[in-house]
Amino acid sequence: MTEALDPRALLDALFILVLAAFVGYEVVSKVPTMLHTPLMSGANAIHGVIVVGAMLIAATAGDFLRIILALVAITLGTINVVGGFVVTDRMLEMFKRRPGDRS
Amino acid sequence: MSGTEIVTFAVWLIAAATFILALKFLASPKTARTGNLLGAAGMALVIAWTFVSSSGMLEHWWILVVGALIGAVVGTLGARRVPMTAMPQMVAIFNGAGGGAAAVVALSEFLLGVNQRPGGELLPLVPMIATLLGAVIGGVSLTGSIVAFGKLQGLINARAVTYPGQQIVAALLLGALVVIGIVLATLTNSVPLFVLFVAIALVTGVALVMPIGGADMPVVISLLNSYTGIAVAATGFVLGNYALLIAGTLVGASGAILTQLMCTAMNRSIFNVLFGAFGAVVAGGAAAAGGEQAAREITAEDAAVLMAYGKKVIIVPGYGMAVAQAQGPVRELMDLLVAKGVDVQFAIHPVAGRMPGHMNVLLAEANVPYDRLKEMDEINDDFASADVALVIGANDVTNPAARNDAGSPIYGMPILNVDHAQNVIVLKRSMGAGFAGIDNPLYADPKTAMLFGDAKTSVASLVSGVKSA
Repeated sequence: MTEALDPRALLDALFILVLAAFVGYEVVSKVPTMLHTPLMSGANAIHGVIVVGAMLIAATAGDFLRIILALVAITLGTINVVGGFVVTDRMLEMFKRRPGDRS
Repeated sequence: MSGTEIVTFAVWLIAAATFILALKFLASPKTARTGNLLGAAGMALVIAWTFVSSSGMLEHWWILVVGALIGAVVGTLGARRVPMTAMPQMVAIFNGAGGGAAAVVALSEFLLGVNQRPGGELLPLVPMIATLLGAVIGGVSLTGSIVAFGKLQGLINARAVTYPGQQIVAALLLGALVVIGIVLATLTNSVPLFVLFVAIALVTGVALVMPIGGADMPVVISLLNSYTGIAVAATGFVLGNYALLIAGTLVGASGAILTQLMCTAMNRSIFNVLFGAFGAVVAGGAAAAGGEQAAREITAEDAAVLMAYGKKVIIVPGYGMAVAQAQGPVRELMDLLVAKGVDVQFAIHPVAGRMPGHMNVLLAEANVPYDRLKEMDEINDDFASADVALVIGANDVTNPAARNDAGSPIYGMPILNVDHAQNVIVLKRSMGAGFAGIDNPLYADPKTAMLFGDAKTSVASLVSGVKSA
């Protein structure tokens, strides 16, 4: 919690937040029902980026407690990101073999 | 700004672009797989760059190696080994892991902030609010997802578990979170109080999901997925990390829309899903109605003849097909009927199975051509001209009560018009009520015949019946 103090940086972050929310809304608003599950699963994998946050707390971990917390966070985050992408790929694998279908 | 920082921003930008494209590509069957791989590539890039560029990372490399190894093994094994039927709960568990990670990161950031202020002065307000949000939403997502997993896996009671004063308890928990949050942001940076705050968030996750019935778990998982996204965005705000901020916000927003789409497909509001205790009240009502419905049974041979000599058969798959792994025999049945000149179509209800798209995935796995899979709106008018509607382990999505019984809890939910077909054959394990716990008047319809048994066994006997017909 050291870098984000600058009011300008906070405003920048707010801008990005609002714009990203609109993009997230637009990008999935027309999805065929059959892809709801893979899409949810893919989105689930993307928030696995929390593992990057976990790495950052690992980098500043000095005492024993924060090292343990970092270890827990990295483990959980990796489960999220690896499991998420692998399970999504497995779901989508079943759609791939059929050329010439309606899209 | 140093060179490293510039590259960091470039990496964040590339990662953000791949995540947006991943979501976009995932929305179309042709590009979906590419989309997922693209997202994974962006993720790998940002993780690799974070590892190389962060000062202090090399000193603590073993934390990363140990955590990543355990996480990768657990994640891969879970994702590879899980049967297709258990996909929904697997997504729930991965989501819970992400929520938990966000809560832990928030806690650790709080501890770092406190350590840096030996004089006990308050943490800056805006980042502190974001830290609190990351902790509370991540915590709720963690335990909520675990409960959702337990319900779908059958480890805990899948029915809506309600108790007197439940709404009051939920309100008290939320109130406590708000009060403690305000105290932490404005009065003290007490570590025990923050830990209490996280603990209450964990209890709240359980309290919010327990009263929701198993049939609504897909909506809940989608909502918790959105929550985890918001928690990740909040921690990204605290860390000043735009990759987290953008990815989290994208998932938060798209998850919210997806949740909304699922609710629309069931003609229910999100409020009704979360607080309606769907299926709890009903279970009592159904039992009181004294559930002995008169149902006509049929042999597999008779059912097979009915289909083999019909012109048009519409197959309605449901969760029963998924549980029994009957999709292979179903494909075989389709092939045989098509060879006999029967027009075979599949009618897919938007919430058939326990996840939208669940049936499509299973039937695609069994090599059923896409063009035979019809969505509800596309096929509903065709039932009237169908000789046989073959319902395989689907229940609530075929329940005519949704159309004509204003007192039914599922009244208003769009259903498949199987009762319009000349004959209805229902494959079912027993006369038990569906996942929503509601009686189905379809089974008492004189046009309906029941074929009891495990879906895979029943379909296999239909297959041999059609062969000899």
